[in-house]
Amino acid sequence: MRKRVLMNGNDAIGEGAIRAGCEAYFGYPITPQNELTSYMANHMQAHGRVFIQAESEVAAVNMVFGAAVTGRRAMTSSSSPGISLKQEGLSYLAAAELPSVIVNVQRGGPGLGNIAPSQSDYFQATKGGGHGDYHLIVLAPYTVQEMHDFTIDAFALADRYRNPVMLLTDGRLGQMMEPLTLYAGRPQKIPAKPWALTGAKGRKPNHIRSLLLEDGALEQRNLHLQAKYKTILNELVGYDEYLTSDATVLVVAYGSSARIARGAIDQARAKGVKAGLLRPITLWPFPRARIRQLAGKVRGILVVEMSAGQMIEDVQLSAGDRVPLAFEGRMGGGIPEESAVVRAIQRLAKPPQRSARK
Amino acid sequence: MSPSRKPTQASRRSVYHRPVSLVNKPTHFCPGCGHGTAHKLIAEVLDSLKIREKTIGVAPVGCAVMAYYYLNCDISEAAHGRTPAVATGIKRCLPDRIVFSYQGDGDLAAIGMAETIHAANRGENITVIFVNNSVYGMTGGQMAPTTLSGQKTVTSPCGRDAHTMGSPIRVCELLNTLDAPWHIERVALDSPAGVRKTRKALLTAFKGQMEGKGYSLVEILSPCPIHMRLSPLEAVRFVKEGMVPAFPLGVFRREGKPVA
Repeated sequence: MRKRVLMNGNDAIGEGAIRAGCEAYFGYPITPQNELTSYMANHMQAHGRVFIQAESEVAAVNMVFGAAVTGRRAMTSSSSPGISLKQEGLSYLAAAELPSVIVNVQRGGPGLGNIAPSQSDYFQATKGGGHGDYHLIVLAPYTVQEMHDFTIDAFALADRYRNPVMLLTDGRLGQMMEPLTLYAGRPQKIPAKPWALTGAKGRKPNHIRSLLLEDGALEQRNLHLQAKYKTILNELVGYDEYLTSDATVLVVAYGSSARIARGAIDQARAKGVKAGLLRPITLWPFPRARIRQLAGKVRGILVVEMSAGQMIEDVQLSAGDRVPLAFEGRMGGGIPEESAVVRAIQRLAKPPQRSARK
Repeated sequence: MSPSRKPTQASRRSVYHRPVSLVNKPTHFCPGCGHGTAHKLIAEVLDSLKIREKTIGVAPVGCAVMAYYYLNCDISEAAHGRTPAVATGIKRCLPDRIVFSYQGDGDLAAIGMAETIHAANRGENITVIFVNNSVYGMTGGQMAPTTLSGQKTVTSPCGRDAHTMGSPIRVCELLNTLDAPWHIERVALDSPAGVRKTRKALLTAFKGQMEGKGYSLVEILSPCPIHMRLSPLEAVRFVKEGMVPAFPLGVFRREGKPVA
């Protein structure tokens, strides 16, 4: 058996990035992701790689832009308010098709909010966030092991699709410690990047641009991006299921909320309600087809989030009106109680009651 | 030499040719604009140092973004003001390449001031070329951080009022308070001599970077006739008589030391 280590989620991301061949990390202090920045400060230089504590989140994401321009694997991390500041950079990275990894260890919002875990940046992560028609690939880990593994996947996906990839997690997963097995495989093969800027030696100059003023050029770029997003939609959807085969109530939850949902499902089953969990692993692309399929087999769908209800809109789009949809969630750093989730499952499991009086 | 005379060997010797680092096409810049001259000087320096094939430029938002149309080297765009951050990312990943940014006054001294100061303070081994023409060009002549006191722009229609709009920011002097920069110099495209001095300043800066000396910034005072609301000749006079007194020329930092 391979050696297990005990790590917090933020450090596990950092170690994942190093093992994925991340050549440059740029960060700025913000709680609850500070362990990651200091992990990179301690380990990147030791590996002869680039670490800079930038003057701002804005500068950090643009340093990632510069590093990605050279074809090197690069990453930045932050938490919600800082991720808001990075949105301009994310739009530019997506527009210029620069592979890059962005970690959001979410905290409560809006505004400065607090430093407790939250999932209220779902819209921002999956619907754009910055300006223009673009998408990030968004991965949602739910264990410290997945924090590590998905970071490694994120670099591979960024290179494969020439697209920024966001790891969307939260302060709870960032701070908590769990045993995990570190990636010990061979270093990933990084694809050739003939578009990278390395100096125009023996070739025509390369340009990295997102300003396209020539007639029709920007529309063409957009059509190209949309075609790529369609490929991603077809190839990349990832999700995990728990006890869905005989479920009468489907719970949809990701990240920290999925851990709570899993416990609630076990409790509900002990009380005789057959509940099951669909946990999206890719939040964009969203597992729409599978949710639609499961919606035809259950009596109700419960969405659990640490937000006012954001992912529920995608669940609704997937399931349509075929089945009642309920929501259980808390905001501002509150964590849903397992017992509350169990009660919500039980409510959905009851057959629709006819009114006694007529 | 009369046209009828047969040229001798000596007279056939090339005395001037287009730099290889400059793309052979007319610029779209407005008549009398300084960007074309600045581009040519950069191209001449890349040629003379034989670094075109290892140079990566960063061009941000504004008229400066068009650099990739004219400079025959690898160039990346940058978001408005983020130019030194992008240049930092490139240089740290490829320390043996030559990295320069080409920025206007709005980019460098307004929206990108934080990135400007911190890249300088880290002593990034990059060359920052700062084209100061006292006004926003591409967006239509708005007030810049370097607009002179009293200067009329579309957003300071009664003239820049120091009490409510601030005074022009002197970037070289500001950066010269930092420990790290290696070379800081201000020049002006206000005369043939000024053009030659500008070329020399760029040469010093790029050469320093090649030798790993660290951060260099060359501020080029440059005419923008359209938004200075002057003829091309008057605009050059405005640079000389209006801008130079507000932005004194010279070397502020040489070999890493402030020039007294």
